[in-house]
Amino acid sequence: MARPMTGAQIVIKALQDQGVDTIFGYPGGAVLPIYDEIFQQSDIRHVLVRHEQGAAHAAEGYARSTGKPGVVLVTSGPGATNAVTGLTDALMDSVPIVVLTGQVPTFMIGNDAFQEADTVGITRPCTKHNWLVKDTAELAETIHQAFHVAMNGRPGPVLVDIPKDVQFATAHYKPKAEARTKHYQPKTKGDPDAILAAVEALEQAEKPVFYTGGGVVNSGPEASALLRRLVDGTGFPITSTLMGLGCYPASGRSWIGMLGMHGTYEANWAMHDCDLMLCIGARFDDRITGRLDAFSPRSIKVHVDIDPSSINKNVHVDVPIVGDVAAVLGEMVALWEERGRRTKSEAVAAWWNQIATWKAKNCLAYRPSPRTIKPQLAVERLEALTKDHPDRYITTEVGQHQMWAAQYMGFEDPNRWMTSGGLGTMGYGLPASIGVQVAHPDGLVINVAGEASWLMNMQEMGTAIQYRLPVKQFILNNERLGMVRQWQELLHGERYSSSWSEALPDFVKLAEAFGAKGIRCDDPADLDEAIREMLAYPGPVIFDCVVEKHENCFPMIPSGKAHNEMLLSEDIMTGTIDETGAVLV
Amino acid sequence: MNALNIKRGASSHSAYELRNRYEERLERHVLAVIVDNESGVLARVIGLFSGRGYNIDSLTVAEIDRDGHRSRITVVTTGTPAVIEQIKAQLDRMVPVHDVHDLTVEGPSVERELALIKVAGTGEKRVEALRTADIFRAKVVDTTLESFVFEITGTSEKVDAFCDLMRPLGLTEVARTGVAAIARGN
Repeated sequence: MARPMTGAQIVIKALQDQGVDTIFGYPGGAVLPIYDEIFQQSDIRHVLVRHEQGAAHAAEGYARSTGKPGVVLVTSGPGATNAVTGLTDALMDSVPIVVLTGQVPTFMIGNDAFQEADTVGITRPCTKHNWLVKDTAELAETIHQAFHVAMNGRPGPVLVDIPKDVQFATAHYKPKAEARTKHYQPKTKGDPDAILAAVEALEQAEKPVFYTGGGVVNSGPEASALLRRLVDGTGFPITSTLMGLGCYPASGRSWIGMLGMHGTYEANWAMHDCDLMLCIGARFDDRITGRLDAFSPRSIKVHVDIDPSSINKNVHVDVPIVGDVAAVLGEMVALWEERGRRTKSEAVAAWWNQIATWKAKNCLAYRPSPRTIKPQLAVERLEALTKDHPDRYITTEVGQHQMWAAQYMGFEDPNRWMTSGGLGTMGYGLPASIGVQVAHPDGLVINVAGEASWLMNMQEMGTAIQYRLPVKQFILNNERLGMVRQWQELLHGERYSSSWSEALPDFVKLAEAFGAKGIRCDDPADLDEAIREMLAYPGPVIFDCVVEKHENCFPMIPSGKAHNEMLLSEDIMTGTIDETGAVLV
Repeated sequence: MNALNIKRGASSHSAYELRNRYEERLERHVLAVIVDNESGVLARVIGLFSGRGYNIDSLTVAEIDRDGHRSRITVVTTGTPAVIEQIKAQLDRMVPVHDVHDLTVEGPSVERELALIKVAGTGEKRVEALRTADIFRAKVVDTTLESFVFEITGTSEKVDAFCDLMRPLGLTEVARTGVAAIARGN
């Protein structure tokens, strides 16, 4: 039998066993034994962040761009509480991350010891599951279970809290293959009767639409491939949530753009008027549905989701299919092809004609300006100058810039678009771009940011410099909290309470202070040249793109309204949100 | 299931609208939740209910299988049918939860609650309390010259009724276990 190991050695061994190559972390008193072990090995690379929230978002970026779990190591107390936002973000967006936290020694737990916090208590509602390990003999198995839970079923964040005495004590290591994971085995195969019902509905649909989401990305590349086969085979239009962009290529002929609050006119009208909605790996979020009692009133709804609690939560569906997207789509495609690949092609052609009339509204048009850079133009030019890059990844912060990036950038593949959807975490994009770049050292990683969001985790520029990560920070600087400002204009009588960014730093000097390159651009005539300069620079860049200050994000479904009540521009904006809409966020 | 039988527009009612339609139809359900007896499991279940705004009318928990480290949580909750379905789905996806049984819909079941009830008094009231206890088959488990402690077992309604009758007779303290329930038959 192998010799006993210390808890700290077991942690590293278990991570190696799980195939982990990178940890994002920050040391502290309660994790020193583990850091000592990290120092003495070279299989696992440790990336020192500047704030624990940054570690969690970097791990999310790593996970979402690779399909592998992201790993975080932080200390007890403030280390753990700082990671809470990242855990909640990962829970809302179903991102698999494994967070290891140090804890005060077991005999001091509950004594208000230095840097003690009830980490498992605090993180219970923001993890898929968490564990406090009180015995070194259980440490290896717990870590293996944690990876199993993070990756199986609907993916999500997990946390293992490890007291310092448990890291010092010794026990025998239990390999991954011997860990008990039997009882957590969510169903992945869809019910055959439900799949048959979905195929029959598909064969008879006259006005169908695919509504896809992040579940397709999470299910893996096979899910996207099967989706493309089904969509292209049937010729049905497809729209996607913010989280699912890239599962079907933006250049594909059936793509009608993103749906939801700032989705395209044609996608939202198609959702409203369809007679068959094929919801695959999405969860009828309030950003998608708008007013629920007017949501797609005449459609049969098929819902494929691995999480049974997502079914019938917001919208009652006719054909629920609980299972993994790839597994269910595999069965659906096979059955539909076996039955002769039937669709009502004439009716679907007429439906496409209808969609063309909506598309003709040209909902993403905006008024150009010769003097100031319109934010839409900035994103359009960034897209034009980077879309042919063979290995491009885009992250975003949260707000107007995020919506413009989603609207004006095209994604051809999954795992190329990292954004905080469910939680809407400002400060997500910079650390996420670091996590992505660590996983893809030769890729082009751009964080499309707003200046206010970007400042929330700007300390992570230090991480980018230290590890020579050439992340490009493309900041649309309107000196405003743009989305807050837009809502104040719509809802609060243009009283712009605290929604401007005063005392902003000089971003070029800031970049230089960090040791990065800074570029400022405020003239549309210089924009292309400045973007090329950013792309040509081999290191990290902060690009201060000074844009129009009062631009609003359109099209928009005002809160409390239905898909067919979408606004196209500001002309008709005032007074559109009534009292019941005003209480919604 | 056959798609041909689905009425077009059958799902035109949103969850919010379902809630309105079912508002007068709040249902009481007894759920039996079999969980791993691990630290924090009760906090997880209670946190789910408070975090998502579900009701807990009563909750009991105890280990039922020492070797298998299993506990059984019996939750009595009220909600519309849509909410009850959500509660079950949310419970069922928790990692330490093995099974969720809705005893209210899974066929006949037996529900029992135990209560210890202290009644203080002398003279005619004391005699009447003892007489009423006899009718309810409550046991006297402690007595002094001025008080009784009764033990009563039964449905929650029976315990409620007993408490109501004891109130004018000098009821001073009540301890109730909450509902334990199990399906009938095998």
